[in-house]
Amino acid sequence: MTEAVRIEGLHKSFDELEVLRGIDLTVDDHEVLALIGASGSGKSTLLRCLDLLEEIDRGRVWIEGVEITAPDVDVNAVRRGIAIVFQAFNLFPHMSVLANVTLAPRKVLGLSDDEARERASDLLRRFGLLDKRDDYPDRLSGGQQQRVAIARAMAMGPDLLLLDEVTSALDPVLVAEVLDVIRELAAGGITMVIATHEMGFARDVAHRVAFLEEGRLLEVGTPGQIFSDPREEATRRFLDRIIAAGRM
Amino acid sequence: MSSTPPGAPSPADPMPVGDRRSRILGGGTRVEGRRAVAIALISTAVFFTVLVIVVVNSPGWDEFSAKFLDGEQFLESLPGIGRAFLVNIQLFLIAEAIVLVLALIVAVLRSLPGPVFFPIRFLTAAYTDLFRGIPTVLVIYALGLGAPALQIQGIPTSPFFWAVVSLVLVYTAYVAEVYRAGIESVHESQVAAARSLGLTRWQSTRYVVLPQAIRRIVPPLLNDFLGLQKDTALVALIGVIEAFRQAQIDSSATFNYTPFLACALYFVLITIPLARLIDWLVARDRRRRLAGAR
Repeated sequence: MTEAVRIEGLHKSFDELEVLRGIDLTVDDHEVLALIGASGSGKSTLLRCLDLLEEIDRGRVWIEGVEITAPDVDVNAVRRGIAIVFQAFNLFPHMSVLANVTLAPRKVLGLSDDEARERASDLLRRFGLLDKRDDYPDRLSGGQQQRVAIARAMAMGPDLLLLDEVTSALDPVLVAEVLDVIRELAAGGITMVIATHEMGFARDVAHRVAFLEEGRLLEVGTPGQIFSDPREEATRRFLDRIIAAGRM
Repeated sequence: MSSTPPGAPSPADPMPVGDRRSRILGGGTRVEGRRAVAIALISTAVFFTVLVIVVVNSPGWDEFSAKFLDGEQFLESLPGIGRAFLVNIQLFLIAEAIVLVLALIVAVLRSLPGPVFFPIRFLTAAYTDLFRGIPTVLVIYALGLGAPALQIQGIPTSPFFWAVVSLVLVYTAYVAEVYRAGIESVHESQVAAARSLGLTRWQSTRYVVLPQAIRRIVPPLLNDFLGLQKDTALVALIGVIEAFRQAQIDSSATFNYTPFLACALYFVLITIPLARLIDWLVARDRRRRLAGAR
């Protein structure tokens, strides 16, 4: 198996606050990795660093063999191969659903309007949103908006999909429709790193689970091992809290 | 306060907007609402009746109405001032078209991040500070009288030209700030989303930030353009024969101030429909987004 992501000694601070304190991690091609951990443990920051949305202070990162921490890296080229979906959707409110999904394929990949529309329509159909393509985002439910955001990300044909707590802002009844879409993508074989609080979902979909606490990766293992037999006391405590909160 | 997101009710002010509004109008029920409208109408009528009675019965009313409200003078000066007002229209149309583009460039330059662009940010900030600080009339004097006096070969000497330059310089400074406020009001998560899709900084600005920013600034932008339209009267000072100058000429010929009323009428005729048009554009945009149809 080839490596989709290799992270070595990644550090990131915001002013005085050290959010990532030396992360080492690899993700294989076609692997689904779930990042779990309490809020503030650094999950989002790690994902944002991989898409170069945050400047990396120290350490090296390779994506599909290209070092993205190299000083002369083409940031726009790196981002073309990676897509990220945000907790708050971040759809473009002044554009229709179709325009949201076709913008980057047209402007970044140089597709014609027809090609971009066709690609977008295929994705929207897959995600059950074709009838919404002329609507504006504020007319959609949270679940629909998040599925549009996933379609927008997938329209770039990324090698790597990063999902940053994509169901955390959703009404509980809308979570399932988004998770179904992600399950479908996982079955399709795309490499994914998923920051999530949905433990049941992580157990179903992920090949490996990584537990992050206070900016360190405490343990990485199969879902079976992490959820049933965690090595670290901190992982056990975290999972106990999750179970007590009824999230698993 | 700093932890409260904009738009969310602050803890000290928990009353929703709807409640506050009905409280101001004096009641929530439909009957109370109708009564509020009736009271508003009656009090307005009473107020203006009293005002008219007081003014009309003032000691100087007869002299005043002869000097300022002479119907014959009004009709006589109307066509001439109307022709002169075409100059005002030319002035503000040309100036507004240039300001619209120039101010956007200034605002985008001022929003460039990073230490490399510090000189550009500094210069644009200095320009906006300076030209918002100097009274428009001084800029018009300085350029309209000063620039031609230099007698440099190739520099235009036409007062109209310098009038346009002065108005553009002053109003670009104002409108650039309006644009900048609009750009900064677009949340950074929008930029993150755009950049994460591989769009360059310029593409993110062009397709994601500016369209949202410009929609939000239409009303304040219009406000500045109304100001610009009125300030075209100031260029009378450097010898452009526009509506206000024409009114002065008419007035000094007859020792009657009524031509100024005619002049005011033209300005109002132009500005009020513009204000209504922009309101309509804003409402249409909101309707379209909420309806989700194209």
